[in-house]
Amino acid sequence: MGSDSISAKRKFHIGAMGLLIALSVALTCGLTLFLIGYILASGLPHVTWEFLTTSPSILFGRIGILPDIMNTIHIIMATLLVVLPLGVGAAVYLTEYASNQRLVAVIEYAAETLSGIPSIIYGLVGMLVFTGIFGTSLLAGALTLVIMNLPTIMRTTQESLKTVPQSYREGAFGLGAGKWRTIRTVVLPGCMDGILTGCILTVGRILGESAALLFTAGAAHKLFGLFDGLVNQGATLTVALYFYAKESGEFDVAFAIAAILMLLTVAINFTAALVGWWFKKRRSL
Amino acid sequence: MSNIITAEDLCLWYGRTQALRQISIAIPENSITALIGPSGCGKSTFLKTLNRMNDLVPGVKISGSVRYEDTDIFAPSMDVNLLRREIGMVFQKPNPFPMSIYDNIAYGPRTHGIKNKAKLDDIVERSLRGAAIWDEVKDRLRKNALGLSGGQQQRLCIARALAVEPKVLLMDEPTSALDPISTSKIEELAAQLKESYTIVIVTHNMQQAVRISDYTAFFLLGELVEFGETEKLFSQPECQKTEDYITGRFG
Amino acid sequence: METAVQGVFLILGLITVGCVLLITVYLILSGVPAIWQIGLFDFLLGSTWASTAAEPSYGILPFILTSVYGTAGAILFGVPVGFLTAVYLAKLAPPKIKVVVEAAVSLLAGIPSVVYGLVGMLVLVPGIRRLFRIPDGASLLAAIIVLAIMILPSIVKVSVTALEAVPKEYEDASLALGATPVETYFRVSVPAAKSGIAAAAVLGVGRAIGEAMAVMMVSGNVANMPSLFQSVRFLTTAVASEMSYSSPGSLQRQALFSIALVLYLFILLINAALNFFLKRNKEG
Repeated sequence: MGSDSISAKRKFHIGAMGLLIALSVALTCGLTLFLIGYILASGLPHVTWEFLTTSPSILFGRIGILPDIMNTIHIIMATLLVVLPLGVGAAVYLTEYASNQRLVAVIEYAAETLSGIPSIIYGLVGMLVFTGIFGTSLLAGALTLVIMNLPTIMRTTQESLKTVPQSYREGAFGLGAGKWRTIRTVVLPGCMDGILTGCILTVGRILGESAALLFTAGAAHKLFGLFDGLVNQGATLTVALYFYAKESGEFDVAFAIAAILMLLTVAINFTAALVGWWFKKRRSL
Repeated sequence: MSNIITAEDLCLWYGRTQALRQISIAIPENSITALIGPSGCGKSTFLKTLNRMNDLVPGVKISGSVRYEDTDIFAPSMDVNLLRREIGMVFQKPNPFPMSIYDNIAYGPRTHGIKNKAKLDDIVERSLRGAAIWDEVKDRLRKNALGLSGGQQQRLCIARALAVEPKVLLMDEPTSALDPISTSKIEELAAQLKESYTIVIVTHNMQQAVRISDYTAFFLLGELVEFGETEKLFSQPECQKTEDYITGRFG
Repeated sequence: METAVQGVFLILGLITVGCVLLITVYLILSGVPAIWQIGLFDFLLGSTWASTAAEPSYGILPFILTSVYGTAGAILFGVPVGFLTAVYLAKLAPPKIKVVVEAAVSLLAGIPSVVYGLVGMLVLVPGIRRLFRIPDGASLLAAIIVLAIMILPSIVKVSVTALEAVPKEYEDASLALGATPVETYFRVSVPAAKSGIAAAAVLGVGRAIGEAMAVMMVSGNVANMPSLFQSVRFLTTAVASEMSYSSPGSLQRQALFSIALVLYLFILLINAALNFFLKRNKEG
C-alpha cells in the first residue's frame, strides 16, 4: 500500500468538524445544566409550605401562590374538557371517515397553520372573540388555549389511530358492528396512547403559556372555586411569574415559581416518556 | 500467480455468537473468487471483514489475521480508510447517493483529495467506461443517479468503486436484487474487470459461481469447508458436505 | 344514526379550518382600518413609532427590522449549534449518552418562555452591560441570545429526525470508498437530509419571530431602529407592551392589531416555506 495514513489536510478537516460538534454538544448540554441548576438554586429556597398554600396579602406582607396554582389547574381542566372531544373527533374524522382527499389536505394544512401561529396572536384573537363574550376570565383564556392545542391533540390521536391495525376494524365489521360502534368499541380504545400523549403535551404547553393568557385570562391572584374561578380573572403560574418579575420586581417569588415550573416540566417529560414506553411495551406483547 | 489476500485462523464473534471459525484462505490476484454457502454460513461476514466494514457492528470481536499484500489489516497502524480505498465494495442493494451521476463517481476521488476538475472529469469517464455504463449515461451525467434503473444503478456503484482505483473489489450478492438481463451484464462486466482487479464475490446462485469465478470457497456454519478451483470444486468436490450442497441436498 | 354521527365528525374535522378562518378574518377586520387611516406606506416604512405623542406617528419599520434582525441573529447562532448537536445525536452518540442528551433537549423545549426571560433579565442583561460597558444590557443582542437558546431544541429535534431517516446504505457506500465516518456524515448524510434540516431552520424562524414574552423581558422595549446594543422592540412585543393600556377603539389600539396582522402574514409565509421543505423531505 502507498502511504500509511490519510492526508494531513483530511485529518485536519475531520478534527475541526469533530471539534465543532463537541463544542456544540457541550454548549447545548452546558446551557441546559446551567439553566436547571441556576433556576433550582435561586428558586427552591423560597418555596415554602406557606408560599404554596396561601393567597398574597398586602396586609400581612406575604406572597402566596395558591390562587395561581388553582387557576392553573382550573384552566388546564377546562381546556382539556373542551379540546379533547374536538381534537379526537377531528382525528377520527380524518382517519376513519374522510374520503375526500382534498378536504383532508385542507384540514391538515389548517392544523399545521394553527400550530405555527405564535401565542401572542392567539392572545389577541382570544381577546377579540372570547373576552367579548365572557369578559376577561379563565374561561376566555381556556377557550383560547383550546384553539392553540387543537392541532396537538389532533396530531397525536391521528398518529395513534394510524397504528390501529386494519384487521381490528375488519373484525368488528365482520361481526356486524356499524361504523360508529366499531370506532367506539375497537378503534378509540386502541389509540388511548395517542390521546394521553396529546393530553400530556397540552398540559405542558398550558403550564408554559403566558402571551396567550395575558389579555384573555387576566392577572388576578384571588382564590376561587372551579366555577367561580372560570368566570373571573386569574393569573396562571406562568403569568404570575411574569408579573412578579417584570412589574413588581419580586425576583425571589419569580424564581420560586420558575423552580416549580421547572420541576413540573421534568415531571411532564418523564410522564410522557413513561406513557410512550408503557404503551410500546404493551403493543409488542 | 501470487495471492493478494491471505487469511489465517480468522475467527469472528458478534457478541457471544461465533460467526467465523478459523478461516484460512489465500485469494489469488487477478481472478474471481466466489464465496458460496447457505444463508447465515458466514460468507458475507467474511467478505465484510476483508475491508473491515464489520468494525461498524457493535460488539464485534476478531482473532487471527488477514494480510492484504504484506500488511496486517488489523494492525493498529493500519488506516482503515486507506484500506477501503484499496479494497472497494459493491453492495447487495444498489445504493447510489442521492446526487448526480457525476457526483456519485467523483465522491471517492474528492474524498481522497482530488479537486482538479479536468482530472475528475477524466476519472469519471474512465470509471463509467470501466463499468460499461458510459454510453448509457454520458448525456445525463448531471442528472440524479436515483433516476437510473436498478441494473444501471448497480453498474454505477461498481463505477463509483472503481473511481478510487482499488486493487480488489468485494461484491456482496451484487445481482440478487436485479433482473436476469441486468444480471448477465454485471457478470460480463466482472469477467472483464478481473484483467485489472481481483474480485471476491458472494453469491447465493451456484450457476453464477460456475459461470464467472475461477475459484470457489464453500462456507458452512462459519467454517470454510472447501476452497479450490471452481471447475474442480463443482466436478469433483473433496468433502461430502460440499457435494451435498452443490447437488442441492440442502440449501 | 350512522349519518348523524358522520355529520358530527365532519363538523369536528372542519373546526380547525373554521379556527384558521376565524383568526384570519378577525385579524384582517381589526387590522386593516388603522392601515387604511395611516396609509400603508407610512405604516410599513415609517421609521418613527410614537403612539402616545401629542402628534402620534405610527411607523412600524423599526419593529419589522428588529424582528427580522433578531430572528436572523438567532438563526445564525442557533442553527449551527443545533445542527451539529443533531449530527452528534443522530450519528455519533453512544446510545446511553443519546438518551440523556435528548432528555436534556426536550427539557430545554419545555421550559416556559417567561422562565427564559427571567434568567435572561437577571443573568444575561447585566452580563452584557458589564461585558460591553453599555448603560443598559437590555438590547437586541440579549434578545438574540435568548431566542437562539429557545429555538435550539426544535432545531435539534427536527434535524435528528431528518438525519436518522437517511438510509444506512448511503453511509455504508461512503465508508466503503474510504471516507471516514465524520466525512461520511457531512458529505452524504447531511446532503441527503438537507430538506429536513432546512425545515428545522424554517421552524426556528417561525418560533423566533413569534416569541413575545421572553423577548419583552430582555430587549428593553424602546421603539428604536434596531442596533445590537440598543434597546429595541419586536413586532410581538410592540403588540404586547401597549395592548394593556391602549384604550379600546382608539387608533393606537387599532394600529396594534395592524402590527399583529403584519406578524400573521410573516407567519403564513414561513408556514408555507416549512410545508414546502417538509414535503420535499418526504419525497426524498
